[in-house]
Order: sequence, then structure tokens, then C-alpha cells
Amino acid sequence: MSVGGFWAMGGYARFVWPCIALAIVILIWNLWSARRYHAQALKRAERAILMAGSKAS
Amino acid sequence: MWTWFYRLASPPYVYRVASAFTPWLLLTAGIAIAYGLIDGLAFAPPDYQQGDAFRIVYVHAPAAWLSLFAYTTMAVSGAIGLIWRIKMAHALSAAAAPIGASFTILALVTGSLWGRPMWGTYWAWDPRLTSELILLFLYFGVMSLRAAFEDPARGDRAAALLAIVGVVNVPIIHFSVQWWNSLHQGATVAKFGKPAMDASMLWPLLAMLLGFMLFFGAVLCMRLQGEVLNRERQASWVREAIKA
Repeated sequence: MSVGGFWAMGGYARFVWPCIALAIVILIWNLWSARRYHAQALKRAERAILMAGSKAS
Repeated sequence: MWTWFYRLASPPYVYRVASAFTPWLLLTAGIAIAYGLIDGLAFAPPDYQQGDAFRIVYVHAPAAWLSLFAYTTMAVSGAIGLIWRIKMAHALSAAAAPIGASFTILALVTGSLWGRPMWGTYWAWDPRLTSELILLFLYFGVMSLRAAFEDPARGDRAAALLAIVGVVNVPIIHFSVQWWNSLHQGATVAKFGKPAMDASMLWPLLAMLLGFMLFFGAVLCMRLQGEVLNRERQASWVREAIKA
């Protein structure tokens, strides 16, 4: 398959490439949101520990 | 024999296992998805009927499969949480929901984009398409219900009940193409006997299926760590883990 033929996808490029692009976006979004969720939970836990420490003292 | 099962009820154990598995799952998922995409898009031959449009299968089928798998995971862990009152099972159920919803959206949109050149329409109220859309609404329902309660334990129980009731939709989606007249094609890979696909097309598809499953495992582990921390932030083991 030539490079031009690869991008043209036999005339179906406007259907195939948006699907691939959306799949990549969904994969990246999942990674980003899971990392963010974990990081926010860590921050909340740290804050809870700090508050518990200040109350105890 | 059941020791492993009871250990999964321990938050520090779950947190430790999830953080240990995440990088390996991500690495293997990346390799499988890269191989599947490159082989499927560049090297697999075009379909004799659908031409190159069939290549949408390499993201559509794994996304659709994962949408069912994530829902089943959510419902089974919800049931375990209800029956054995294991908080970590509810945490797993909560972690699976947004991932499953995102892959259901991917399956619906890619299916729609595939339907336009093959069926002449982006959408039809076909049994497979309609039941998959209901699955998306079920995901949204479960997530909204969990968030609607001030008491997280009540939210978990309500969400688990809805997830269990909704699991009846999973076999409906799977068998809809056999039970009713459908525009959607029948099973290609999961056929008993010989799959209706040539090996040169099948291998990248299997790699993508495996890659998406591993990716689901990785993201599930990451979200699960967040869920565990949110639920256990007052526990002494969290203090130790953060200090370390």
C-alpha cells in the first residue's frame, strides 16, 4: 500500500480516521482522568492527615 | 482456599496490588494496541465487500466488547459488595463505571461512522444499536445514583442494585443480532468453530481486544487507588503510605 493509498483508505478516509482519532482521544482521556482522580484523592488524604494532626496538637 | 478472596477486602492490600500492577498493565496494553493498530491499518488486506471501511472494526469491536465487560465487572463487584458487604467491591464498581461509559460512547460513535458508508445511515433504531444506547444510559444512571446520596454507603448500595438490574441488558446486546432481524452483522470472532475472518485480519483484532482489556485493567487500577484513598483517608495505613 502506498502512503497516499494508506491515508485515502480506499475512499473511506473520512469515516476511518475520525474513528481512530476518537479512540486515541478516549484512551488518553481515560489515562488523564484516572491520574487526576488519583492525584486529587492523594491531596485530599494529605489534607485530612494535616487537619487531624493540627487538631491533635 | 478463599484466603485470596478475603485479602481483596483489605484496602491497603488492594491499594498495594493496584499500584504494583498499573505500570505493567499499561506497558503491555501499549505494545498490544500499537501492534494491533499498525498491523490492522497498514498491513491487513481490505475486506472483499467493505473495502478499507472494515478497518473501523479495530477500534469498534474492542470498544463494544469492553463496554459489556466493564458493565459486567461493575455489576458483579456491586453484587459482591451487597452480599458480602465488602467496601472494596463497591470501590471497584465505582471505578469501572466512567471507563465503561467512555468505551460505550466510543463503540456508539465508531459504529455510527461505520454505518454511514455500509447501511447508508448514521443511526437506525436497530436492536443492537438501541440496546447499546440503553447500556450508556445505564452507566450514566449508575454514576448519577451513586453521586446523588450524601451517605456514600447508601449511594454504593443503590448504584449496585441498579447495576445488577441493568445487567440483563448485557445478554440482550450480545444476542440481539440472533434474536431479532438486525442491520448489524453477526458474530465474527466469538463464533464456535472457525472465526469468519482471515488470520491476517484476525490477529490485529485479537491484539486490539487484548490491548483494550489490559488498558482497562490499568486505568481501573489507577481509579481504584483513588477510590480507596477517598474512602479510607482517615485510616492509619493511608498516613503510613503517604509518609512513605
